[in-house]
Amino acid sequence: MALKIENLRAYYRSSEAGVATVVRAVDGVNLTIKENEIFGIAGESSCGKTTLIRTLSGTIKPPLEIVGGRVVYDIKEKEVDLFSLRSSEMRALRWKHVAYILQGSMSVLNPVRRVIKTFEDFTEAHERITDRKAFREKVNKHVLDLGLPIDVVTAYPHQLSGGMRQRVAIALATIFKPPVILADEPTTALDVVVQRGVLQLLKDIQRETGNTVVLVTHDMAVHANVADRVGIMYAGRIVEVGAVEDIFQRARHPYTQHLISSLPTIGDRTPRSALPGAPPSLANPPEGCRFHPRCEHAMDVCRREVPPMLEEENGHQTACFWANREAVS
Amino acid sequence: MRSFFGILKDLLSRDGRFRFAFIALSALILFSLASYWSPHSPRFSFVVPPNMRPNLDYWFGTNSRGQDLFWMMTFATRNSLAFGLMTAALSRVISIFVGLTSGYKGGLYDRVLMAINDSFIVLPVLPILILLNFILRGQMNLFTLSLTMAFFGWAFDARLMRSQVLSLKEREFTNNAIFSGMKMHKITLKEHLPFVMPIVFSTWINNMMWAMGMEVTLSVLGLSNINIATIGTTIYWANQHQALISGVWWWLGAPVAISVLLFLSMYLTVISLNQHLDPRTRLQRIREATTDGT
Amino acid sequence: MKNAFLRYIILRVLQCLMVIFVGITVTFMIPRFTPVDPVEQAITRMTMFQQSTHPEALEEMRASLATLYGLEGSVFEQYLGFWGRLFRGDLGPSLSSFPRPVMTLIRTSLPWTAGLLLTSTIIAWSLGNIIGAFAGYFHHKKWSQVLGVMALVVWPIPYYIFAFLLLVLLAYVIPIFPLSGAFAIGSSPGLNWNFISSVLRHGFLPALSIVAIGFGGQFLGMRSLVSNVISEDYILYAEIAGVPNHRILKNYVIRNALLPQITGLALQLGMIFNGAMITEFVFSYPGIGYLAYTAIFSGDFGLIMGIAIFSIVAVALAVLIIDLLYPVFDPRVKLR
Repeated sequence: MALKIENLRAYYRSSEAGVATVVRAVDGVNLTIKENEIFGIAGESSCGKTTLIRTLSGTIKPPLEIVGGRVVYDIKEKEVDLFSLRSSEMRALRWKHVAYILQGSMSVLNPVRRVIKTFEDFTEAHERITDRKAFREKVNKHVLDLGLPIDVVTAYPHQLSGGMRQRVAIALATIFKPPVILADEPTTALDVVVQRGVLQLLKDIQRETGNTVVLVTHDMAVHANVADRVGIMYAGRIVEVGAVEDIFQRARHPYTQHLISSLPTIGDRTPRSALPGAPPSLANPPEGCRFHPRCEHAMDVCRREVPPMLEEENGHQTACFWANREAVS
Repeated sequence: MRSFFGILKDLLSRDGRFRFAFIALSALILFSLASYWSPHSPRFSFVVPPNMRPNLDYWFGTNSRGQDLFWMMTFATRNSLAFGLMTAALSRVISIFVGLTSGYKGGLYDRVLMAINDSFIVLPVLPILILLNFILRGQMNLFTLSLTMAFFGWAFDARLMRSQVLSLKEREFTNNAIFSGMKMHKITLKEHLPFVMPIVFSTWINNMMWAMGMEVTLSVLGLSNINIATIGTTIYWANQHQALISGVWWWLGAPVAISVLLFLSMYLTVISLNQHLDPRTRLQRIREATTDGT
Repeated sequence: MKNAFLRYIILRVLQCLMVIFVGITVTFMIPRFTPVDPVEQAITRMTMFQQSTHPEALEEMRASLATLYGLEGSVFEQYLGFWGRLFRGDLGPSLSSFPRPVMTLIRTSLPWTAGLLLTSTIIAWSLGNIIGAFAGYFHHKKWSQVLGVMALVVWPIPYYIFAFLLLVLLAYVIPIFPLSGAFAIGSSPGLNWNFISSVLRHGFLPALSIVAIGFGGQFLGMRSLVSNVISEDYILYAEIAGVPNHRILKNYVIRNALLPQITGLALQLGMIFNGAMITEFVFSYPGIGYLAYTAIFSGDFGLIMGIAIFSIVAVALAVLIIDLLYPVFDPRVKLR
């Protein structure tokens, strides 16, 4: 096990002009992510996946609040509860143990400084650089190992293309070879050819170092290509988890089935059916199963109760009364 | 018009600074309108006993020229406000014209116009205005003064308008309008003006503040028509009579207090308006509105 | 890479020449296209105090004044002559202290203006930006909000009124500082402590007025720039990576938010001549602004004209210098 999420709830609380609003972006998520795997988290935009990964990285700034649950990292065979850490311990954990590749990584580089300076800043946050020359060589080697041209190190961000900036961001995140990498939509703003390169880079790093990658993207095709296991998120909750083949070939949750069937396949010309309705507001989610207003199989029980997560086989779990109707009865 | 009142109501309900500014400005406008009921003309002196401290009969006191400062200040505020409005209106005409045509035409036309525009931005205005008013002293009235001020006060805002036009040109509905065969000037008036208007309004107030501040400066140097009651000329006359040294502090106190209140409330109006127009805060409001509604 | 930088420099120099061209053309046209004849004005003013003047003498004076102001020949010839004299650094003679050249008068006043206004503008700019950056970065702290309210109240007050209030308060009601002048009458100019301390004491109040107002503007500007910059991804990312606060503030926040403020400094320097007039008038400080004020008082048209032209050229050059320094702070200009 690399990390374990137990009944995690993270809400955005704000009160403007006397009206308090609570957005339940992550509302009762349970997941166990193994070592040496690429775990994909899929779902529509604003289903809470960015909030989930941000919580995993320990970046909790108001109005975001942890309301309940735990995130436990396995660090050198020891279980560490993320939210019990002091801020200095949290700082030590980040980047050395857990690296985070932000959504829209194209703009994570300081526009007025050379890339190497950012490497220096990020490194010096964790360890003293005693020998600048040796450090530069280390960065050069790291960048070369990742297959990037050597002159990106001395360039300014505006001189690099979007795809290159994304790759530099990945290089920056992996300088300490962290056991866990959290990546939020790393390929979203890129064109398809560049996407492939960036994904391949992530995959190669994972192969080589055997670490754990948590990859968040709405793009199911990316999951199909890269992930070992996939979790499907809907309205703040995980509704289905399984190995990538199970998810794509034997999807059980009606929502997952919709996501899969909306993917284009070569030679198939039948029109894609769109999911009726819109995802619910997380400020005021529906009772019971949050998918029931859009679900064609919705039953009475779905409107009243939250469906439990049940395992079928091979770690394939689904939270759906309809899919698990045999198991329940 | 409805949206104007909508913005007003919105700002009044959620922004304390705007509330203060709105009340203060309304009070000052009412105060300046009271000049129409003044018992004395501002041109006559020695109509009341001179050098009276502020008291129940003369709220702001009287000056050494035997004028009731309360009524004098109603005229001065009215004239200063009218001067500011006029200057801002005239310079708005220039900056809207330059900004819009430069933004739409682009190319060489844009480059030449912006080179001239940038020259006007950095040009030190005061020495030139002093030169101008030095020659024309005596011939100037408030209108010609505002005309000359407008000539120097348009450039910065023209750049703002131009950049707004450039961003509007990129948007979808402009292309739709072009493809549906609309003429450019029609697109400008019908589709783009509603987006440019808020900037016109906020730069309007900014420009008023600049013009009125300049008027104070020029008047204090004795370079405007000192026979017209304005905030600046009131200070000029007080200085001429050495009001402070002879202990008639209220002669200066009245214009200083009124202008501080006036400028502060105008500035607060601008910042709450700009904040209201900022896309970021706008987004937040929309988000609140949708979460409130559901 | 080299070409973009060269292009930038050439454009800036051209823009500087454009400013000088536009400004000087405007100053040239003002006395020629206004209904008032400066020559007649000067003559009226002179003859006001003299009982009798011979018509021939008057005619002679008229002619010599026209030569003096360069008002002979067609407008175009005048225009060319005007530029010709400017290139030789000749701004004509002053009328009130005839025949001393305007240039000499400006030269004797310039050190005072430069010393007072340049230093206080730069102090105001630096202080405003540094404190504004801190206030923007720690925007939820109490002191930041208090400072914000203070700047908000001071900044919109017209400078003249603010300077005047300061003078009344600190030199008249509570007489801590001298009312006027640049140094005490008794002290002899030179490098002695007496003189220097006197200069500092006299300069303090005018400097304070410029610093306070300038600080307010820079503070508010920088604070709002910083509040925009801190929502940028590169700040969040540095925070996540655990880069210490002071380092983020220095290398990330200020480095980026300062860029528009540097352009702002160019405009601020341009405002020096606006400011000089008022500061030196209020505090009777013997710089170029005060010179202009005495010129207005004594009806010295040539001197006013000269000061206007001098300030246009000085401002254009100051802006050019800052524009040329800008690429040092923003690599995007020279490396494209």
